[in-house]
Amino acid sequence: MDLRTYRIAFTTIVLKEVRRFARIWIQTIVPPMITTALYFVIFGKMIGSQLAPIEGFSYMDYIVPGLIMMTIISNSYANVVSSFYGAKFSNYVEELLISPIPHSLILIGYITGGVARGVTVGVMVTLVASLFTELHFHSLWVSLSVVVLTAILFSLAGFINAVFAKSFDDISIIPTFVLVPLTYLGGVFYSVTMLPGIWQTLSLGNPILYMVNTFRYGMLGVSDISLGTAYAVITIFIAVLYGYSLWLMKKGVGLRG
Amino acid sequence: MHALEISALTKTYRNGFTALKGIDLTVEEGDFFALLGPNGAGKSTTISIITSLVSKSSGTVKVFGNDLERRPMQVKRDLGLVPQEFNFNMFEPVEEIVTNQAGYYGVEKRVAQERCEWALKKLGLWEKRRAVARGLSGGMKRRLMIARALVHSPRLLILDEPTAGVDIELRRSMWQFLREVNAAGTTIILTTHYLEEAEQLCRNVAIIDQGRIIEHTSIKQLINQLDRETFILDLAAPLGTAPALQCGYPLQLIDETTLEIEIRREQSINVVFAEFTALGIEVLSMRNKANRLEELFLGLVERGEEK
Repeated sequence: MDLRTYRIAFTTIVLKEVRRFARIWIQTIVPPMITTALYFVIFGKMIGSQLAPIEGFSYMDYIVPGLIMMTIISNSYANVVSSFYGAKFSNYVEELLISPIPHSLILIGYITGGVARGVTVGVMVTLVASLFTELHFHSLWVSLSVVVLTAILFSLAGFINAVFAKSFDDISIIPTFVLVPLTYLGGVFYSVTMLPGIWQTLSLGNPILYMVNTFRYGMLGVSDISLGTAYAVITIFIAVLYGYSLWLMKKGVGLRG
Repeated sequence: MHALEISALTKTYRNGFTALKGIDLTVEEGDFFALLGPNGAGKSTTISIITSLVSKSSGTVKVFGNDLERRPMQVKRDLGLVPQEFNFNMFEPVEEIVTNQAGYYGVEKRVAQERCEWALKKLGLWEKRRAVARGLSGGMKRRLMIARALVHSPRLLILDEPTAGVDIELRRSMWQFLREVNAAGTTIILTTHYLEEAEQLCRNVAIIDQGRIIEHTSIKQLINQLDRETFILDLAAPLGTAPALQCGYPLQLIDETTLEIEIRREQSINVVFAEFTALGIEVLSMRNKANRLEELFLGLVERGEEK
């Protein structure tokens, strides 16, 4: 198999993934826009207008990066976990397993699909946010890079969830009991410097904190975490999850008898 | 050249069940080959190992000389699979399912669309190309899987009970199509429960039972092993009892107008008709009680179980 063949195979997987979430846009694109709009109205306008500025920004401006990042995290995760588990459940993952595509390319194809949905929803939510406040981008490069890296990381996490899932219930357990609490405690709505000492230290174990803060730096130029540390943590997480996902595929866990 | 060469293949699942107990099998290039066996004999496990859906425990599998373990990508490139169960995304349009599969094999979009059109037209699905797969009938879904398996022009096509649940008219049109595919140079391995299908289509056969190959020969030679046949005779007038024949062939009255007679290979059927004529018994029609291959198959499996 040559590079041209791999390129075609990869493009096929990605386009298939994009068509999948685009076909059901009413379930994949619209709900996060509505939910985020409600967050902006309730937390940003109604409650936020009563709160003092944080690090020189109005509460509305302060929570915008976190809310955008929250939708990117949940959508990139949801895309891969539901798509890959659906392929397993209905056995059409066999289409890929019998074809001459390396495991790494299948994995990267699904991850790219997850990133595509995360970024698409992120852009839509950013447009919604622009209706409520004037948006700034302190560093576009930092903003874009952390968006893509975060979407990659949570697409990988969704893939691992899908590999182990044995029922549709299993693909909602992790988002409900792990992802949502970690996101809410990852500095979306507050600065960790506002927490008492021990909670500040504990928060540093939450990877989402690094992503939210890096994106906040990209938009507002303020962060509770140094950029170098944040990029290092995100990259290490990606490397570990990618290696583990590839190992699961090669071993055929949840895929081969 | 061997299209498929399997030696000492074994498979033991994690629950301890041994599905394959050392299979040796060869299929020549260009052959139309039947892999027969009762349910649970190991047919699907064998196919799943060849197509990389199940890992083998030991043994070797070679497809057109390429070892599955050493050159899996080359093996996969040469294979097309029509599985027993529907395994496509029911929410995708027919055309997308077929062209996506071509894409996984690195086939350019334009070529994929041409091949997709050819396969869908040949299999009578062209009008349904934009329909979502779940809206297709069972027979259409089976044909869709054949179209999908052929879109990358595999050298070896494996069909796992492709006509299960398909009506006879459609089955015959699928047979015709598969004959054309085979005549164009594609080696075909077929598993089926319809032994008539194997007899009609295949040149060579292997019978697998309890994880072992118990017969590996040509269909012709297999049928030659059959030493007796049972015929059903429909009579013009009712009889009270079965007539006693001087030739001594076993004869049984099924109902008052139906007789069943067993005739060995070396025996002549003319003798029976001569005696019937002498007795004034008129035979309206005659047919095999069961498919010949079916009788042979059951005999082989029974003997295998006794061993």
